[in-house]
Amino acid sequence: MNPDPTAAQPNGGKRTGAKVEMSKVTKAFGDNVVLRELDLSVDPGEVVVIIGPSGSGKTTILRVIMTLERIDSGNIMVDGRQLYHEEKNGELVSASEKHIRSVRSDISMVFQHFNLFPHKSARENVMLAPMKVKGQSKGEADETAQRLLGMVGLGDKLDHRPSELSGGQKQRVAIARSLAMEPKVMLFDEVTSALDPELVGEVLTVLRDLASGGEMTMMLVTHEMGFASEMADRVLMFDAGRILEQGPPSKIFKNPEHDRTRKFLRAVLDH
Amino acid sequence: MRTRWDWEFAFERFPEILEGMLITVIATLVGIVIALTLGLVLALGRRAKSKWISYPFAWFIEFVRSTPLLIQLFFLFFALPTIIFPGEITIAMSALVTLIIGLGVHYACYASEAYRAGIDSVPKGQWEAATALNLKTTTTWRQVILPQAIPRSLPTLGNYFVGMFKDAPIGAAIGVGGVLATARSIASETFRFVEPLVTAGFLFLVISIPAAFFVRYIERKVFYES
Repeated sequence: MNPDPTAAQPNGGKRTGAKVEMSKVTKAFGDNVVLRELDLSVDPGEVVVIIGPSGSGKTTILRVIMTLERIDSGNIMVDGRQLYHEEKNGELVSASEKHIRSVRSDISMVFQHFNLFPHKSARENVMLAPMKVKGQSKGEADETAQRLLGMVGLGDKLDHRPSELSGGQKQRVAIARSLAMEPKVMLFDEVTSALDPELVGEVLTVLRDLASGGEMTMMLVTHEMGFASEMADRVLMFDAGRILEQGPPSKIFKNPEHDRTRKFLRAVLDH
Repeated sequence: MRTRWDWEFAFERFPEILEGMLITVIATLVGIVIALTLGLVLALGRRAKSKWISYPFAWFIEFVRSTPLLIQLFFLFFALPTIIFPGEITIAMSALVTLIIGLGVHYACYASEAYRAGIDSVPKGQWEAATALNLKTTTTWRQVILPQAIPRSLPTLGNYFVGMFKDAPIGAAIGVGGVLATARSIASETFRFVEPLVTAGFLFLVISIPAAFFVRYIERKVFYES
């Protein structure tokens, strides 16, 4: 699928990802507290997989980092910069949209339902942000699009609309579209959950290339335990708005501390 | 008085009525252009985050939609000049310009609702993808939201514009020499009402029916593509 294995690691595997630090982050929807004073630090280039029962708040972790949901309290730092706060006259105040936009340029996200722009071709989907946000010329953006779509194995689908692509192909376009922004942190929200089983593999292959590239910080919410145990530097078991336990995949999958984790893993693996 | 349909008379006066129809069509077309552009401005204004902006827009839209077009035309034509130039008996705009503005603004308010429905039908995921790519708000609207929302608004807009065309003869009430005014003046001059009015109605059919088919064609096209 990937003709050039080094294409996924243009910096030769150097870790140029950003550190993500969440401290005491709380987020509630009405009475439903989905994140409870969450402390989480992710190192540059680290691949963190978040697992846990649905409704446990794991997707919300990604959504607050992407600024799709605003946090109620606490703070988040990306690459050493406050995401939701900025300093003004020596005081930490709520960040302006401009500040948030500036920090957010290091982050991108891939969604469960792809969210491709249906009126644009694969190529145009990838070209939009480089042209409008990074100020690339049409020619440069086109090169970027061809390179990245080639990297995810879709060099022959450049001018196809999303409606003409399979789920797995759509998701690979979506990954290429996010990569075009050259984010330091990439968030993957159940990116294989909406796919037919036979299409999951092609997306996981792309994710493996990215994870083994090692330069980008990756946070993934997924139910693909095989992928997690193979690629994750760290696995977080999330339950009821808290990190129940965390550690290398070998520990979490083979020797979990909590009965809750054991039960969850059994349920997921048996299904 | 003759009571039978007089073909000779009908053909003789047909060019005049056609000319009147031309004025009605022009008023409608210019009104459509105003309604399309102003309607989009109203729709976006109504969605503004600040209440100081969105409330006046919402209030204006509701106000215009809830009052009859005829009253609005009378107001624009007779009342507005007396407010702007008190004490003088004057008319600020020609009847035709008044009709065009009246139709345009009235239907802009309906169009804004059609746009709004189209905008609301764009899935939330599209906005989220725009955020994940760090697109600016204006880029998001121009490149992502409106190209999807406007095609979905077209069938509703088309129906409104067919309705607008059929409302345009109301200009006769302020003296626009459109199709209805022409037919009526021929009728009062000759005391023959049937031929002029039937001719006028026939001309409406000839234009409205293809227009309605065209709207239905767009509807189907949009339906299949989305």
